[in-house]
Amino acid sequence: MEMPLIETKNLKKYFKTGRGTLHAVDDVNFQIFKGQTLGVVGESGCGKSTLGRVMIRLLDATEGQVLFEGKNIMDYNKHQMNELRKEMQIIFQDPYASLNPRMSVSEIIAEPLKVCKVITNKKELEERVFDLMKTVGLAERLVNAYPHELDGGRRQRIGVARALALNPKFIVCDEPVSALDVSIQAQILNLMMDLQEQFGLTYMFITHDLSVVKHISTEIAVMYLGQCVEKAPADELFANPIHSYTKALLSAIPIPSLKYRNMQNILSGEVTSPIDPKPGCRFAARCPNAKPECTGCNLELKEVSPNHFVSCIKYM
Amino acid sequence: MDKLLEIRDLCVEYHTDEDNVYAVNHVDLDVYKGQTLGLVGETGAGKTTTALSIMKLLPQKIGEITSGDIKLNGESVISKSEEAMRKIRGKDISMIFQDPMTSLNPVYTVGDQVAEVIKLHYPDYNNSQVEARVDELFLMVGLPPERKTEFPHQFSGGMKQRIVIAMALACEPQLLLADEPTTALDVTIQAQVLQMMKDLKEKLNTAMILITHDLGVVAQTCDQVAIMYAGEIIENGTVEDIFEGKDHHPYTIGLFGSIPDMETKSKRLHPIDGLMPDPSNLPKGCKFNPRCPHCKDICREQEPPVYVNGTQTIRCHLFK
Repeated sequence: MEMPLIETKNLKKYFKTGRGTLHAVDDVNFQIFKGQTLGVVGESGCGKSTLGRVMIRLLDATEGQVLFEGKNIMDYNKHQMNELRKEMQIIFQDPYASLNPRMSVSEIIAEPLKVCKVITNKKELEERVFDLMKTVGLAERLVNAYPHELDGGRRQRIGVARALALNPKFIVCDEPVSALDVSIQAQILNLMMDLQEQFGLTYMFITHDLSVVKHISTEIAVMYLGQCVEKAPADELFANPIHSYTKALLSAIPIPSLKYRNMQNILSGEVTSPIDPKPGCRFAARCPNAKPECTGCNLELKEVSPNHFVSCIKYM
Repeated sequence: MDKLLEIRDLCVEYHTDEDNVYAVNHVDLDVYKGQTLGLVGETGAGKTTTALSIMKLLPQKIGEITSGDIKLNGESVISKSEEAMRKIRGKDISMIFQDPMTSLNPVYTVGDQVAEVIKLHYPDYNNSQVEARVDELFLMVGLPPERKTEFPHQFSGGMKQRIVIAMALACEPQLLLADEPTTALDVTIQAQVLQMMKDLKEKLNTAMILITHDLGVVAQTCDQVAIMYAGEIIENGTVEDIFEGKDHHPYTIGLFGSIPDMETKSKRLHPIDGLMPDPSNLPKGCKFNPRCPHCKDICREQEPPVYVNGTQTIRCHLFK
């Protein structure tokens, strides 16, 4: 079988807090193949951003492995990491906060090229910047503009150009469109899909918006309190959700059609604390089908139909 | 149906050192008792400015209502003094702001903040009556009254929004202006809060203007819909008109094309090209003409007339 581009094995990230250990990412396993997109969905605080950061070692994992092209990057030294950074990049959520206000557009886009010493010739650097700006649909006249002069959509295009500068193989997209208006959101999503086709990119797409994730993903992982509760190909997950949490998430999306008015089944309660979670199913407290045996058991992802994994006591 | 709020020809400008920003241009809106109007548009369309004008909360000196009238129960709000407005705000009209994290005061307990509204508008209530009303409101929005002595940071986003809603409903206002009340919340919590707002609206027969950019939320909660673009209402009608009618403004079609569809498998979205015009330098003629796929010569020259089709109005040259 083909080797996945990136793979996690029992990945864990715990944070020590005053009140105990916060399990941000707890035993997550998945594989992403070249040219595909894994969508990671979940509510705020479920550990999806932390997962994205651990994957590209912006944060160090507490336990477990991340294999990039078959090699465990967790024990790479600083020099090896610097080389690897060219292969994996990240697009951040907030295009307002992730760009240095004192750098011009060209400086921002050129920075990764300078830092990694890929292009040292000034002329070539300039050409590459113009090239990238064209790729992401930024007009050349904006080359000397500063981020504050631009709207959110254009700023996010700069973020995309910066991530593309080093010709990476893998990009973590951490809610790249959630701060944008719908019409701009659609422009950026189309751009990202075009780029994926053009450069054969592999994405991990983190979002809380299920309608966006269906659109862009080949496979979707649903996270709840640091754990992956269901994983399936995008169409399969929407057509045939199994875990109660996935069902609730799908049902909570307001659909722009009158057919579904008053048809939501609403989940009660809120996300419980990820600090020192009790054993058993973490969703049990909000699950409409919870049984006494849900707490106290050890759950893991089980394949219930081809490529459709779910972690629920019903399928253990 | 009884008309509660009537806005006619409202224009609002913001004056800055450099130029004038035309935020709201000739807006007509009607809100009926017990109904929810969805005010839809992108950032900068003038939705919040319209709501702030109704409350007369535009920033002093900078923001100015240059023409038009706003009537609540047939009485003009515009000509009212600041003192008279203070009696109306929170009692007849109240507002829920977008971000529950910043609209609560961090140094007062949430109970005190809810009580403040009641004390202001019912000065003859004694302390135990105020406390009883606070408890009642907490229960109404689904929070345990025991938690009223806690501070905002001890609550989650969804709970803070419930507290803000409790404050807004404390005096059972006739009109509730909800400015993106669920944008900062997660989907499951958004569904809870919207359901609660729907239930309360029915119980108290409150009219609501729901400002949002999410057409899904509109389909689930609103009776009437007005779509705003560059300070104008470009399309207005019942939810059925907007979601199921056949004639639409090109911008409305663009908005729907931008939403990822959950049902079909089409992979590409059909967004509107370009950006909203600079509100200090609006294009001549139809404001949407630079982005419109059906733009004709007349669109660049003349402001489009309002096309009326039953309950629906569209401001576009395409319809005659």
